[in-house]
Amino acid sequence: MPQSLPEPEFDQLYRELILDHYRNPRHREPLAKPDVVAEGYNPLCGDEVEIRLSFDNGTVSDLSVDGRGCSISQASGSMLTDLVIGKRADEVRSLSGLFTKMMTDPEGEPPEELGDLEAFQGVAKFPVRVKCATLAWHTLEDGIQQHDEGGHTARHEE
Amino acid sequence: MTALDIQRIRADFPILKREVHGRPLVYFDNAATTQKPQAVIDALVEYYSTYNANIHRGIHALAEEATARYEATRQSVADFIGAPSADCIVFTRNTTESINLVAHAWGRKNLQPGDEIVLSAMEHHSDIVPWQLLAQATGARLRVLGIDDEGRLLSDDIERLIGEKTKLVAVTQMSNVLGTINPVEQIAELAHQQGALMLVDAAQSIPHMPVDVQALGADFVVFSAHKMLGPTGVGVLYAPRDLLEEMDPFLTGGEMIRRVTYEDSSWNDVPWKFEAGTPNIGDVCAFSASLDYLSDLGMENVRAHEIDLVTVAMRRLSQIEGVTIYGPRNPEDRGGVVAFNLDDVHPHDLATVLDQHGVAIRAGHHCAQPLMGRLDVVATARASFYVYNSEEELDALVEGIEAAARLFRAPVPTRA
Repeated sequence: MPQSLPEPEFDQLYRELILDHYRNPRHREPLAKPDVVAEGYNPLCGDEVEIRLSFDNGTVSDLSVDGRGCSISQASGSMLTDLVIGKRADEVRSLSGLFTKMMTDPEGEPPEELGDLEAFQGVAKFPVRVKCATLAWHTLEDGIQQHDEGGHTARHEE
Repeated sequence: MTALDIQRIRADFPILKREVHGRPLVYFDNAATTQKPQAVIDALVEYYSTYNANIHRGIHALAEEATARYEATRQSVADFIGAPSADCIVFTRNTTESINLVAHAWGRKNLQPGDEIVLSAMEHHSDIVPWQLLAQATGARLRVLGIDDEGRLLSDDIERLIGEKTKLVAVTQMSNVLGTINPVEQIAELAHQQGALMLVDAAQSIPHMPVDVQALGADFVVFSAHKMLGPTGVGVLYAPRDLLEEMDPFLTGGEMIRRVTYEDSSWNDVPWKFEAGTPNIGDVCAFSASLDYLSDLGMENVRAHEIDLVTVAMRRLSQIEGVTIYGPRNPEDRGGVVAFNLDDVHPHDLATVLDQHGVAIRAGHHCAQPLMGRLDVVATARASFYVYNSEEELDALVEGIEAAARLFRAPVPTRA
């Protein structure tokens, strides 16, 4: 960056990994025939995500995450994709719980299970941005819940 | 050039000496709330250190002094906005409460099924939601004046929607997002021709330009002290005395009564009929100091200074690639507010980067979600100016926006 921004907290918020996923989101192309479509909104900042899920025997076999909003919300959606594909529903819920917990504990040790997503721990120091980071995860959980209950659509408000 | 001596003004505001993230504070969030000069801070301290007492009832020196100072502020407010007398001025907590007061005390008594309330597409939530609930409670209906692509009210809509069913027109004099200054005098005239009343949301206008409520011809004018160098927790409702007298009470209890039995009560004279309970005495008394400060500067000079700043701000922002500015293009048609976006960069990301440059702006929907829908954006960034802002401070704004553009656009450097 040509303009040096001295604040360490700021650098922790916009980690390069997060910026990379914001600029080049993964698994963004919407699945053509998903089992569940879950939409998530944060009416306060206008962040939106749409998560499409395919299941195979209780396992998330594929998913896409599309949306618009701030860098944190969109990067969070992108980064969860590779972690979640191939996981059972209960494992996804557990990961979502770990992620949410990390967002309220800026000083704790990031859980190993979250892998690269430890990059988001810096967001915990910016309380107004925490909901940006958790939007995609909570939308995902609602989608899985719908699937468990035999539904095909979910709408989550963060 | 502006008649204001900005450097001298800045010296009166202690907060402007502080740094944020190692940079000098550039405070461009004045449409949300303004900073306070030392005179206002001193007035608050003076109240609590020398004449703190409850007003109107006490028979002792402090109570008499506090009552006199509180009521003197009412007169100062009346003088500042050209009201005919102090009893047209009701103190509330904020603009929102002033609007709710009108919706309850006037609206519930006077609206019937089929009646219409006319708003505009650029209203703040505080000038939408109270009318929505009033409409639900009375069977009245809301109509909304549309805006053109520059954020100006559609004159066709003004002619078409204000009609014989209209009972109230409630429009902002200056948009808190677009900055648009609306022709509220003409709208009030049309409303009156149809037998309707006119409420003017002056929260953004009275702090920034000369406003004479009698010249406006409005029946209700609402605004807040904290947006004009005064303390938080003080709002104002102006209405002619006879109108206030016809209205039912809003909040009830002590102070607003004349006589109470367990069977029945009668009401105090206006404006005290609308000031139930112990009011915000200290902040009202200190508000007087902010009115004095602005009067000394001259509201014509305040307005001229903001036109100068907005002219330069719009020119400089429009030179940055990817910046979209909302609202009227002519600075004379707008207040000291510039809402903008940078490409697809979310305004919260932009505001976070600007904060690192010491620049405080607002980012979000600005309590105007329907307007965001009309502009087809989820949110915008907004820089808003006041008497202590200078052209030099715009350098930090431009520098911060350019840094955000680099951060969110640039390819990620590869790391070994």
